[in-house]
Amino acid sequence: MLVSVYRYNPERDEVPFMQDVEVDIPAGKDLMVLDVLALLKEKDPTMAYRRSCREGVCGSDGMNMNGKNGLACITPISAVAKDGKIVLRPLPGLPVIRDLVVDMSLFYQQYEKIQPFLQNKTPAPAIERLQSPEDREKLDGLYECILCACCSTACPSFWWNPDKFVGPSGLLQAYRFLVDSRDTATEERLAALDDPFSVFRCRGIMNCVSVCPKGLNPTKAIGHIRNMLLQRAT
Amino acid sequence: MVTSVTNFGRSGAYDWMVQRVSAVVLAVYTLWLVGLIFFCPMDYAGWSALFGKTSVRIFSLMALLALGAHAWIGLWTVTTDYIKNGLVRFIAQAGCGTVMFFYVVWGVQILWGL
Repeated sequence: MLVSVYRYNPERDEVPFMQDVEVDIPAGKDLMVLDVLALLKEKDPTMAYRRSCREGVCGSDGMNMNGKNGLACITPISAVAKDGKIVLRPLPGLPVIRDLVVDMSLFYQQYEKIQPFLQNKTPAPAIERLQSPEDREKLDGLYECILCACCSTACPSFWWNPDKFVGPSGLLQAYRFLVDSRDTATEERLAALDDPFSVFRCRGIMNCVSVCPKGLNPTKAIGHIRNMLLQRAT
Repeated sequence: MVTSVTNFGRSGAYDWMVQRVSAVVLAVYTLWLVGLIFFCPMDYAGWSALFGKTSVRIFSLMALLALGAHAWIGLWTVTTDYIKNGLVRFIAQAGCGTVMFFYVVWGVQILWGL
C-alpha cells in the first residue's frame, strides 16, 4: 500500500514535504492506520508520531487521514484508503513540532479556560456529593471526551481564532460542568463565556460531530450553552 | 472572557440576538418588496404614493437599520476571522462602519425626501 506521509524535522528540513512510502500489508488483514505507521517506522525510524493506548482511549494519535481527522489506532485502513493510497498529515491548524506531532498548547489553553473541574461552594458532605440517576444521565455524551483534539482542529472557527474561540472540545467540557447538578459556579462559568468569541464564534457547520472518534456531539452542547446564555440575558 | 472594543454590543448573546432579529426583519421586507414587484406592477406615481405612506417609510427604515446592524455584525465577524493585523483590521472595520452609516443616512434622506 502506498502511504503518503507528512514529514518535517525543523532541525533538518527547511519546509515540510510529503514522503511516499510503499508499505507491505500482510495479506488478508485489515490493519489499523496506527499499525501501518508502526510498519512505516520500522522502515524509517526517524518518523515521529504520538501513540499510547492503541485502543481509542488515550487520544494521543489524532491525525488527518485522507483529509479527515480521526484516531489512527481505531481507524481501519479499509475505511480511509482511496485507490490503495493513504495520505497522513498532522492535525490541521496547530503548529507542527515534527512529522505528525503537533503542539497542543493552544488547545489545552482553551481547555484550561473553561475550568474543567467541579466547583461547589457548599461545605463538602462527609462521604460524597450525591446525584440522582436523572441528573447523572445529563452528563452522558459529555464526559466521554478524551481530548484528542480531532474536533477542534477540524473547526475553521478554531483555525482562525485558536486563542479566542474555546473550540468544540472545550465547549463540550464547559457544558459538562454547566449541566452538572453538583456544580454551583454556573453563573460565573456563563459570565466567562458571554463574549462574541468564546461560544458565539461557532457557526454550526458540525465538522466536530462528523470527526469525533467517540461519536460525541459538541454542536449540540454548544447549542445548549447558547440557550443558557440567552436565558441568562433575558 | 474575550473582550473586544469593536464589536456591536459587547456581548456575544446580544450580537447573536440582533443578528437573528434583523435577519427576520430583512426576510419579511424582502418578501414584501419582491411580492410587490412581481404581483403588483406599479408606475412611478404608484411607487411614489406607496412610499409616501408613513407606515411604508417606517417599515423601510426598520429594514434599513436592520441591514446596517446585520451587516456590521457580519463584517465584524469576517474581519476578525481573516484580518490578523490589528491596524489593517481596524481600518477595514472603520471603512465598513463609515459606508454603512453613509447608506443609512442616505436611505433616510431618500425615504423622507420623496
